[in-house]
Amino acid sequence: MKRVLVVVLAVVASAGLIGLLVYGLGSRADDVSIEQALVRGERPAAPSRELPVLGESATRSIADLRGKVVVLNFWASWCGPCKVEAPVLDRAQKRLERAGTGTVLGVTRDDATTDSLKFVRDQSITYPSLRDVDTKLARDYGSTKVPETFVIDARGRIADVLRGQITQQRLDEALSKALQ
Amino acid sequence: MRRAALLLAFVAALLAPVPATAVAQRPSLPDIENEVMCVSCEIPLNIAESAQADQQRNFIRTLIAQGRSKEQIKTALVTEYGEDVLALPEGDGFGITAYLIPFALVALLAGGLVVLLPRWRRRTAAGIGEADAPALSEAESSRLDDELARYER
Repeated sequence: MKRVLVVVLAVVASAGLIGLLVYGLGSRADDVSIEQALVRGERPAAPSRELPVLGESATRSIADLRGKVVVLNFWASWCGPCKVEAPVLDRAQKRLERAGTGTVLGVTRDDATTDSLKFVRDQSITYPSLRDVDTKLARDYGSTKVPETFVIDARGRIADVLRGQITQQRLDEALSKALQ
Repeated sequence: MRRAALLLAFVAALLAPVPATAVAQRPSLPDIENEVMCVSCEIPLNIAESAQADQQRNFIRTLIAQGRSKEQIKTALVTEYGEDVLALPEGDGFGITAYLIPFALVALLAGGLVVLLPRWRRRTAAGIGEADAPALSEAESSRLDDELARYER
């Protein structure tokens, strides 16, 4: 009886350790479920969270922008490619704003407020940004790096994903998909 | 009289206020770097080399220069970078449990081995000595005696 108990405990402990190992490895794997859905021709619902607006005391969410195309861009001030693509995003913001069809919405991660605000000033960014302090929104999108951009249509569904630095041409393609 | 004066001076020295600098030590960057993570690289800040790590160090330096305590700096880091910035678990709830479970499991396994290994060894030794050893035939027995006698010579 005693031996059985010891064996059961050993098995439970081993299973627990293996479980933790599998969980650790699994949680580090890239989440590509959005890309997979897009390949199948589906448009997954865009996750939304109420987050603080950078430089303001207010909060805002993607759900608040339903009815408009949203170019959701995860960025950080220390990220070189984010600096390079900022003018492309700002041009898109001005175009969408003029047409009244949408907006660019930045989301900062792993970045201090003062550094983010300095980046906004230095790059003359005109679109608003939210602060994803705990990177919960980023995780909802399977986003682990910066920059990453998700183009969301007016129905609140993800129309395209652009991982890494965007180009004008690639963003235009994604926007025309979302505006269809 | 002189002895009483010396005693009084000794007591006064003991009761004298300790200088404020000795009590409230100003935190240093290495002291804080040990206990926080580089949030984008997911390694301790003291060994991280990246643009983000450098910005995080500058943030800490600014707070040190403002005269903030270590705890205040860590709180500010959590406000700016989230809970994941702390390298050590917070002393409550899931944070501490997540760190303790692996140690508990390893301790459980080690305990099981400590209990079981001597038993297995005893059983194996007993098994070889008695039940599992094949009995020697008469010829083998006499050959073994001869070999042993030759060896002893």
